Amino acid sequence: MDASVYSNREQGGVVNVTLCAPLADLFPGAPRRLKLSAANVNEMVDGLDEQWPGMRDRICDTTPAIRKHMNVFVDGRRAKLATPLNAGADVFVVTAISGG
Amino acid sequence: MGENVLVVVGTKKGVFVASSDAARKDWKLAGPYCEHWPINHAIVDPSDGTIYAGGGSEWFGPAVWKSTDKGKTWSHSSAGMANAAGEEPIKAVWSLTASPDGTLYAGVQPAALFKSTDGGVNWTEVKGLQQHPTRKDWMPGGAGLILHTIVIDPKDTKRMWVGISSAGVFFTADGGKTWEPRNKGVRADYMPKDQRYPEWGQCVHNFALAAGSSDRLYQQNHCGMYRSDDAGKTWQSIEKGLPSTFGFPSAPHPHDADTVFLLPLNGDSKGRYMPDAKAAVYRSRDAGKTWSDMRKGLPQENAFFGVMRQAMATDGMKKAGVYFGTSGGALFASNDEAESWSTIAEHLPAISSVETATLKA
Repeated sequence: MDASVYSNREQGGVVNVTLCAPLADLFPGAPRRLKLSAANVNEMVDGLDEQWPGMRDRICDTTPAIRKHMNVFVDGRRAKLATPLNAGADVFVVTAISGG
Repeated sequence: MGENVLVVVGTKKGVFVASSDAARKDWKLAGPYCEHWPINHAIVDPSDGTIYAGGGSEWFGPAVWKSTDKGKTWSHSSAGMANAAGEEPIKAVWSLTASPDGTLYAGVQPAALFKSTDGGVNWTEVKGLQQHPTRKDWMPGGAGLILHTIVIDPKDTKRMWVGISSAGVFFTADGGKTWEPRNKGVRADYMPKDQRYPEWGQCVHNFALAAGSSDRLYQQNHCGMYRSDDAGKTWQSIEKGLPSTFGFPSAPHPHDADTVFLLPLNGDSKGRYMPDAKAAVYRSRDAGKTWSDMRKGLPQENAFFGVMRQAMATDGMKKAGVYFGTSGGALFASNDEAESWSTIAEHLPAISSVETATLKA
């Protein structure tokens, strides 16, 4: 995977982030795959929002929590904002099943 | 120099834009825009032709989309459109109004009013409405607790009315700092018999200022149709001569304060489609005293569709155009004040809003 490293937080290793197409398409220029450093999912969302202002509002509500019909998976397990990230983790941000 | 008419259509799967010259006979349809988001209300700012579309995605939450090039390119934002941590998050945008003073207002679910002074990029809440003492007791209507109608007096933009289902109509004269309910004379049939005219709590569906007026309003309610001649302080029923007391939109004529168009459905508990399954727009030329059913060119059999609260509009042409969109995805147009009708589109997604703009060609 050839992706730039976004954000250089002092704590937290570099993780591999994959954005689903419907999310990436809302932000012109946003790649589907990228690397950024973050110690937990909340920091990862901050890193995304710094690069593409407004992306936090699309992934999270103001509870704050990951939106009801969005999912974040860390190394294959469904995560919350507080879920810690280890260096090298694979993080997928995807739309959940929603009908209509 | 001629004029172009834009009809901007909000649907369950994005925004469509229909355009025509001043004759309004041949229409060109473009879209869908806004990445197929469910859009509750799309408007055109008459001052500069900017299109704004408010809605809410089950995936991505509420946002206001914006296009400054008639739909070719879009951006979106909900920055600042937030409730405090721990409170119920905002689910969707339900109404938009561009004030002549340059402010853009958005009504959201759960019911609250936001404003933007930078063209929809950043939003702040108009907090006075939330501080009204009745706020804690507001009850949601069928679509949730939504602020779905925002009306601004163009002669004094600090005077505003909002419609909330089902808290009723609220008015401010100071730009949103303080509000008072304005529902006197409006029925609430769903309340016990001795409580059917409360100060607030009515299920307002839609209302609008009459042409050129700061005081005359036409309202379609869940329980009847009304006119106010005193800025909403008191309301008179205008439902006599109409086929039901139920409907969603109200569309005043753009130049004549005595002319208004309504679209009654068959009734609250009867399916909420066209009366006898025959489509008609009802027009009054005398401020609601008498009504004519306008149905030439509209389907007169098997019309089992509804028309939602923002889904009928007039244009600003001398001989006014009238437009409405259906829950079945049909967009109807009249270029002669509802005398005759044609179809702009038949198979769009469910239509939630129809608004127009008349722009220099």
